[in-house]
Amino acid sequence: MSALQPHLPALQVIVPMLSAPLVLLLRDRGLSWAATTLVSLCSFALAVALCLEVLADHRILYEMGSWPAPWGIELGVDAFSVLLLLVVNGASSLALLGAMGSIDRDIEGERQPLFYAAWLLALAGLNGILVTADAFNIFVFMEISALASYVIVSAGPNRRVLPAVFKYLIMGTIGATFYLIGVGLIYLMTGTLNLADMELRIHEVADQKPILVAAGFITIGLALKAAVFPLHGWLPNAYTYAPNMVTVFLAACATKVSLYILLRFDFFVFQPNLAGHDIQFAYFLMPLSLLAILVASTVAMFEPNLKRLLAWSSIAQIGYITLGASLVSLAGITASLLHMFNHALAKSALFLALACLGMSVRRLRLENIGGIARQMPWTMAAFVLAGLSLIGVPGTAGFISKWYLISAAYESGPWGIALVGVIIISSLMAVVYIWRVVEVAYFSKPADTVEIAEAPLPLLLVTWIAVALNFYFGLAASLPLDLSRTAALILMGHMP
Amino acid sequence: MALLELYHYWVFAVLLMIGFYAVIAKLNLIKKLIGLSLFQAAVFLLYISMGKVSGGTAPVFSEMLPDDQLFSNPLPQVLILTAIVVGISTVALGLGMIVRIKEEYGTIEENEIQEIDRR
Repeated sequence: MSALQPHLPALQVIVPMLSAPLVLLLRDRGLSWAATTLVSLCSFALAVALCLEVLADHRILYEMGSWPAPWGIELGVDAFSVLLLLVVNGASSLALLGAMGSIDRDIEGERQPLFYAAWLLALAGLNGILVTADAFNIFVFMEISALASYVIVSAGPNRRVLPAVFKYLIMGTIGATFYLIGVGLIYLMTGTLNLADMELRIHEVADQKPILVAAGFITIGLALKAAVFPLHGWLPNAYTYAPNMVTVFLAACATKVSLYILLRFDFFVFQPNLAGHDIQFAYFLMPLSLLAILVASTVAMFEPNLKRLLAWSSIAQIGYITLGASLVSLAGITASLLHMFNHALAKSALFLALACLGMSVRRLRLENIGGIARQMPWTMAAFVLAGLSLIGVPGTAGFISKWYLISAAYESGPWGIALVGVIIISSLMAVVYIWRVVEVAYFSKPADTVEIAEAPLPLLLVTWIAVALNFYFGLAASLPLDLSRTAALILMGHMP
Repeated sequence: MALLELYHYWVFAVLLMIGFYAVIAKLNLIKKLIGLSLFQAAVFLLYISMGKVSGGTAPVFSEMLPDDQLFSNPLPQVLILTAIVVGISTVALGLGMIVRIKEEYGTIEENEIQEIDRR
C-alpha cells in the first residue's frame, strides 16, 4: 500500500478506466456486476485515502509520467476535489450495491456487461475531471464521462429515452465545445494549459478582451453542462427516462462535477485577473439562481411523474449551489460546496427510494402509487426521511447546508434578507412537492387490488444506508464542513 | 486590411455560426448532427491556426537549421488530434442514437417524434 501511496491521484482514474474493458470481457451479467461493484468500492477506498492525505497536508501534486509542470500534465488534489471525489465514488458504489435487481428489470442480460463497462468509463471520466489540474485534460475527461453517460442513460426501458438522450448529447457537446473555445482563447493569450501556470501568466497579458470572451464561453459552456437555469432543458427527460439506478448515480454527481469546473476555473483563473469580475459573476449568476429556485420548485409542485418531479427539484437545488457561489464570499462558497455534498446525499437517497418503488410499479406516476405505503412501508419511510433532508428539517444534512446558506445570504448586504426569503419560500415549496407524494402514498385508496411486495432486501438496505448518512451528516457535519471550508479558503485565496 | 489578414478567424467564426444555426434550426436529426460536426470543426480550425508562427517551419530539430530558426507550435495540433477523436466518437454515438430512434419511431424528424410522444 505504501508503494502505491504517492500514485493515488493517478490510480483514482486508472483503476476504473482500465477495469472497463475487463468487465466487458466477463460476458456474464452476475460476474460483470460483481466486478464493477468491486472496482467502484476500490475507487471509493482510493477517494477516502486521498481524503485522509488531504486532511493531513492540504494539497497533493502529482506529475504524470514525471514530466514537471507546466510541460507535463499535472494532477492536483485538494479539499475541493476530495469533497466531490467522495460524492461521486460514494454515489456510484451505493447505486451499484443495490443495482442488481433494478438493472435486471431495465436491461436484458447479455447487454449488461456493456452497460457496466460504460458505467465505469463514466466514473473514470468524472474522477479524472476532479483530479486533473490541466484545462485541456478536463475537456477530455468531460467528454469521456459525457459519452459514457449518454450510453448508460439510453439503456432506459422507455423509448422516450432516445430523443431525450439525443438532446442531452447535442446540449452536452455544445457545452463542451464552448469550454474548448474558451480554453483555446486563453491558450492563445498565455501559451499554457496548466491552471496554476495560467493564473500566473494572465497577469502578463496586456489585452484583457480575449480573456473576457474566454470567461464568457467557459461560463456558458459549463452552465449548460451543469443545467444552470435556463440552460437545464436536457435534464428533466434524461433523468426521468434513464434506468432508475443510473438516475441515482448521475443525479448525485454529473451536474455537480460541471459546477466544480466552473467554480475552479472562475476562482483560479478569472477572479484574480479580470477587473470587476466578481461583480459580473454575481450579477450573472444570482438572478439565474433565484429564478432556478423559484421556477423549478413551482414546476415540481405540479409534476405528476415522480422521477421528473425530483429532476425539477434537482434544478432548484443547483440554484441553491450557484446562489451560494454568486455571493462571492467565504461563507457563501462554503455553503455552496456543503450543499453540493448534502444535496447529493438527499437526492441519491430519494432516487434510491424511487428505485425501490420502481421494482413493483412500472410507471412511477402519482396515480399509480395510491396507498402503496401499506404494501411497501420501509420504502416509503425511507422516502419520507430523505424528503425531510431535502426540505432541510433540523437534524438532517439538508438543514446544515441551508442554515449556512441562509446565514451567508443574510450577511451579504441590504438585499440579503430578500435572498433569505426566497430560500425559505422554496423550502416550503419543497414541503409541498414531497408532501404530495407522501399524501398519495399514505392516505389514498389503492387503485387496484394487485398484491405488491416490498422491494428486495439489498436495494432496501442500500436505501436505508443512504438515509442513515443523511442523518449522520446532519448530526456530525464536521467532515464535509471542514472540507468545504478549506476548499472555500483555497478558492477565495485566489481573490485579489 | 487588418481584418482580412485575420481571415482564418473569420472562417472560424462563420463556420461556427453556420454549424450552430443548423443545430438549432434544423428539425432533421441527421442535419442537426452535421451542424454539430461543423460546429466542432470550426473550433479545430481555431486551434490549428493559432499554432502557426509566421516564418516558422515544422518543429523537427535538425543540425542543418540555422540557430535563429523559428518553429511552429506543435502543441495545438496534438490537442486537436485528441479533440477530433472526441468529435468522431460523439458523431458516431449520435448516429447510433438516430438509428435507434428510427427503429422505434419510424422517423428522424424532431417535430414528428414530438407528435408521436404527445399521443
